[in-house]
Amino acid sequence: MWSELVGANHSLLHYSGHSPLHRAPSHWKIVATVAFVIAVVATPTGIFWPYAGYLAVLAAATFIARIPPAYLARRLVVEVPVVVFAAWLPFISTGERVTLLGLSVSREGLLAAGALLAKATLGVLAALLLAATTDIRDLLAGLTRLRLPGPLVEIMGFMARYVEVILGDLARMRISLVARGFNPRSPRHWPVVAQSLGALFVRSYERGERVHVAMLSRGYASSFGPGSSPR
Amino acid sequence: MSTPILDVRGLAYAYPDGHQALFGVDLHVHQGERVALLGPNGAGKTTLVLHLNGILGAAAGSGSSAGTVAISGMPVTRATLPDVRRRVGVVFQDPDDQLFMPTVRDDVAFGPRNLGLRGDALTDRIDAALAKVGMTPYADRPPHHLSFGQRRRVAIATVLAMEPEILVLDEPSSNLDPAARRELAELLVELDLTLLMVTHDLPYALQLCERSVILSDGVIAADGPTLEVLGDQALMASHRLELPFGFDPAHTARSAHSDRSLGHQ
Ligand SMILES: Nc1ncnc2c1ncn2[C@@H]1O[C@H](COP(=O)(O)OP(=O)(O)OP(=O)(O)O)[C@@H](O)[C@H]1O
Ligand SMILES: [Mg+2]
Repeated sequence: MWSELVGANHSLLHYSGHSPLHRAPSHWKIVATVAFVIAVVATPTGIFWPYAGYLAVLAAATFIARIPPAYLARRLVVEVPVVVFAAWLPFISTGERVTLLGLSVSREGLLAAGALLAKATLGVLAALLLAATTDIRDLLAGLTRLRLPGPLVEIMGFMARYVEVILGDLARMRISLVARGFNPRSPRHWPVVAQSLGALFVRSYERGERVHVAMLSRGYASSFGPGSSPR
Repeated sequence: MSTPILDVRGLAYAYPDGHQALFGVDLHVHQGERVALLGPNGAGKTTLVLHLNGILGAAAGSGSSAGTVAISGMPVTRATLPDVRRRVGVVFQDPDDQLFMPTVRDDVAFGPRNLGLRGDALTDRIDAALAKVGMTPYADRPPHHLSFGQRRRVAIATVLAMEPEILVLDEPSSNLDPAARRELAELLVELDLTLLMVTHDLPYALQLCERSVILSDGVIAADGPTLEVLGDQALMASHRLELPFGFDPAHTARSAHSDRSLGHQ
């Protein structure tokens, strides 16, 4: 997981290109993505035909954007927690039982899990597609044009900027651990992972303070209220 | 004499956790001077720098402090903070702390925009600042894709864009390769600005600054021409300052001087 995240240092999600989808105004893309996700989420459980349509829309968009499907597929790892949860549903739900691969599972749970997986996958794919075709600056500009409050957009901008810095910190910490004989596969070494994540958190927090100081130094007056101090 | 740009008097400061970092600092910097601020690790150099634009100290209200800081005769107080921060440009040690916008251009725009500049006036400021540090071609790149030396240049541009009266740099030559270090020196000389430069790089201080100040254990321990300060072995040793191996300030100053006179022939 670490190497997965750290390896992709240069722009994690954006896939640069010049397709019509890349060039489309970012606020339209945002609106389209949000509308799509709402439609997907609002689809009642038990009806499955609309999903074919949703998938077709995504496939068409991916084709127009000239993004290799494998590129999106690999980034679907963010969905893993949902998959794990969905896998539990058929076992823990109550109601009519059916037999699947020799296991007795709840029919209702199976349907719910299927719908959950389908919805999550479509939603994540739509978001990945938006991120792949819109670089972070355009995305922020689009959000501003959509009248999202300034401070929110600002915070997202910092996040985008510092994700890279923090991943860099993480990469350096990992290298220094490995250089001193750390083996990520050995369970005996796992407590070290927890410790270094703690250290990463503290470092990031302190960096946040230093950044704030640098902002104040350039005449920044916090939009979150008067009387801000470096703390 | 004229009003100093920087006038620090009896500045003492203790951090909120009770650690006293400054014990009565007096420092004056006049228009056009380039001053090196030397001192061992933990001497309080960064703490002093953070007082110069009111990040720490009475104006910020954190920790406990005594003494005064004035910029061109204007005392640093809560009311004057915006003005002070325009006049005192601080370049921090780690460019990653300073560059937080998605592109170089946005980052350079950040300060002037806070000053209320918009439109052409803003664009002109940005272009001028980037040109001064030679980073114009990189305007639309994200800062984290630049080399360390380039990021340091951009960090300087972000401050120059505010047209400060004095540029304060915290260890500007750290982490630079020799060529980048030399280019930065040339850039700083060309800027022709009043400069206060915190540094552990003593040859750099000699090259750039005619005057040096030693801050040690929270007080000013020496203040004089750089050549004299670096040449005083007893003084240097007592403040944990060591010249690099084989570096002789007197010899370097002589040869720099003859270089200069050769250049004029
Ligand atoms: N936030 C803080 N809280 C408490 N004490 C601090 C804090 N920051 C610095 N100090 C202490 O204040 C003293 C002066 O620190 P400062 O960072 O100003 O030193 P410096 O001269 O810049 O050192 P260096 O050359 O290592 O950068 C040190 O003893 C340090 O431990
Ligand atoms: Mg320091």
